[in-house]
Amino acid sequence: MNRIFASRLFWPVVMLLALFIVNLIAFPGFFSIELKNEHLFGSLIDIVRNGAPTLIIAIGMTLVIATRGIDLSVGAICAIAGAVACSIILGSPDPGSVGTVVVAIVVAMVISLVLGVWNGFLVAVLGIQPIIATLILMTAGRGVAMLITEGQILTVNSPPFKVLGSGFLFGLPVATVIAVAIFVLAALLTRRTALGLLIESVGINPEASRQAGVRSRGLLFAVYTFCAFCAAVAGLILTSNQTAADANNTGLFIELDAILAVVIGGTSLMGGRYSLLGTLVGALVIQTLVTTVYTVGIPPIATMVFKAAVVTVVCLLQSPTTNAAFARWRTSLSSRTRKGVAA
Amino acid sequence: MSVAPFPPATGAGRVLGGIRDVFTSPKYGPVLVTFLLLIVVFAVGGSRYRGFVSGPVILNLFVDNAYLIVLAVGMTFVILTGGIDLSVGAVVAMSTMIAASLLQAGWSAGVVIPLILVVTSVLGLLVGLMVQVFKIQSFIATLAAMFLARGLCYVISKDSISITDPFFVALAQTKIPLGDRMSITPSVVIAIALVLVAMVVLHYTRLGRTVYAIGGSEQSGMLMGLPVARTNVLVYVISGFCSGLAGVLFTFYTLSGYSLTAVGTELDAIAAVVIGGTLLTGGYGFVLGSVLGVLVLGTIQTIITFEGTLSSWWTRIFIGVLLLVFIILQKILTARRR
Repeated sequence: MNRIFASRLFWPVVMLLALFIVNLIAFPGFFSIELKNEHLFGSLIDIVRNGAPTLIIAIGMTLVIATRGIDLSVGAICAIAGAVACSIILGSPDPGSVGTVVVAIVVAMVISLVLGVWNGFLVAVLGIQPIIATLILMTAGRGVAMLITEGQILTVNSPPFKVLGSGFLFGLPVATVIAVAIFVLAALLTRRTALGLLIESVGINPEASRQAGVRSRGLLFAVYTFCAFCAAVAGLILTSNQTAADANNTGLFIELDAILAVVIGGTSLMGGRYSLLGTLVGALVIQTLVTTVYTVGIPPIATMVFKAAVVTVVCLLQSPTTNAAFARWRTSLSSRTRKGVAA
Repeated sequence: MSVAPFPPATGAGRVLGGIRDVFTSPKYGPVLVTFLLLIVVFAVGGSRYRGFVSGPVILNLFVDNAYLIVLAVGMTFVILTGGIDLSVGAVVAMSTMIAASLLQAGWSAGVVIPLILVVTSVLGLLVGLMVQVFKIQSFIATLAAMFLARGLCYVISKDSISITDPFFVALAQTKIPLGDRMSITPSVVIAIALVLVAMVVLHYTRLGRTVYAIGGSEQSGMLMGLPVARTNVLVYVISGFCSGLAGVLFTFYTLSGYSLTAVGTELDAIAAVVIGGTLLTGGYGFVLGSVLGVLVLGTIQTIITFEGTLSSWWTRIFIGVLLLVFIILQKILTARRR
């Protein structure tokens, strides 16, 4: 059991360590963490803070992918959540009060949950392929966000709202604390109960799981709604961090980063077995990659080329063809050595 | 097959039944619905604005959307096999950047254009090999290609580069007159020529039949001895080529290269193909349907422009809604046939 666990996380961890070493060579103070004003500072802290939105969405995405689905609409949901929260804060007489911010956040979350239920409806009830079903919201969602912001970039100046993106709690960035909380919540809910097993069974064989009495419809609703919840949290953090809601750019391409994190973490896009811990490592790999690009001095605009390279390499490593080739190579190698011994 | 509620004894009954059969067939139904939708959308435009249903407006649809027609043709091939290509928007942007930067460096247009088409076709080939040989899902493979193409755009230049090459400028400004106050651009001619070629390829060649066969059932195609592997790779090469060509047409249209152009164009192309009646699971669909899909999107865009008070982001919402309606329509039509 332990060995299987280790082998699944092996490559992602190796990749993360390799990136750490590259960083350490380029920037010797990489691992140092300082305590200033009771807040922790350092490159590692930056990684866990800036990587928090991607990680949060990737957690939701992991469960969706485990059901053999995909959610492309998370970026649009980020934008909508941010737009709703900012427009409420701006529209209120007292933008700085905690009450206003709580109302704004609650309304944004509720709207996002409705969007998640909508995705779940398209996939579970109408039976539309997940890529296409969520493509609809991905296309229309940014338009809706634009409608909410009326095409403007809404800049908010609300100290309580700012805490979400750039505040600190127990010396750690609030965004990181939220990400860890959601991670623990998802892990406890799916791994300490049968929920995770049921989700995996739906992903491995929908028909067989239905005949075994698994109610896949409710599960699909649950995972898409949870994913939208995660997207909304991430959207609020991103918006709070920029202190502005930008319907066009908030969460742009974040669906790709999240999918990438899941894939790097070893969860197969074909559904079934998933690893939340793998996703955590995957999200860290992506954020560390971005940081590395900065510290090594490569122009940051080239980051996307590196991401493309990472996706390609990871996919090729996971591909059945490659695995089969490796297996053939290993057997031929061992048979050759056996022959050698015999001679 | 559903049984008709009344016996089609009379001639009229048979005709009615025939019409219903055509409309409910997964092959022709969505295309016909799209055609009716196009007429309805035009009628709406015509009833609201004077001069909407006129030669120049209709021709402008083609002029403004020539590159999208080209993209939709390539996308049709991919979707017919049951795949999807998310990289087309990024590849268009990359083509404009390659064109603009090489022309700026003094290369001649006669070298640059073939070079772009070769580069994008090779990128399509790599995607096709990833999909076919390594069994990577098409949307992940094309996602990687999208990252790569966008990233390369940024590597070439962060800023917009304008094009002053005489050949490109000439092509951008050439108007082919078509009677009274009406004209089209060379891009439209190229796009229409491509559509015709694609129609011939899909309906009168082995490649085309194999594309439909793969979409119908890859397994059966393989058992019939069709070159499934080769065709699966080829459709991505075709899509790559079309993206490159669309990029070239796009530079004729804008006379510049910019790394952030055509963000989200892949969605427009997919929407056009789906609205045009191509089944997302593959097997059914026509290139001409995709052209109708582009025209529907273009007409909606034109109406929104004519309206003036409606903001442009309504286009996105309309596209989303249309996408939803047509996907549900496909679902219903295919479910009835089973």
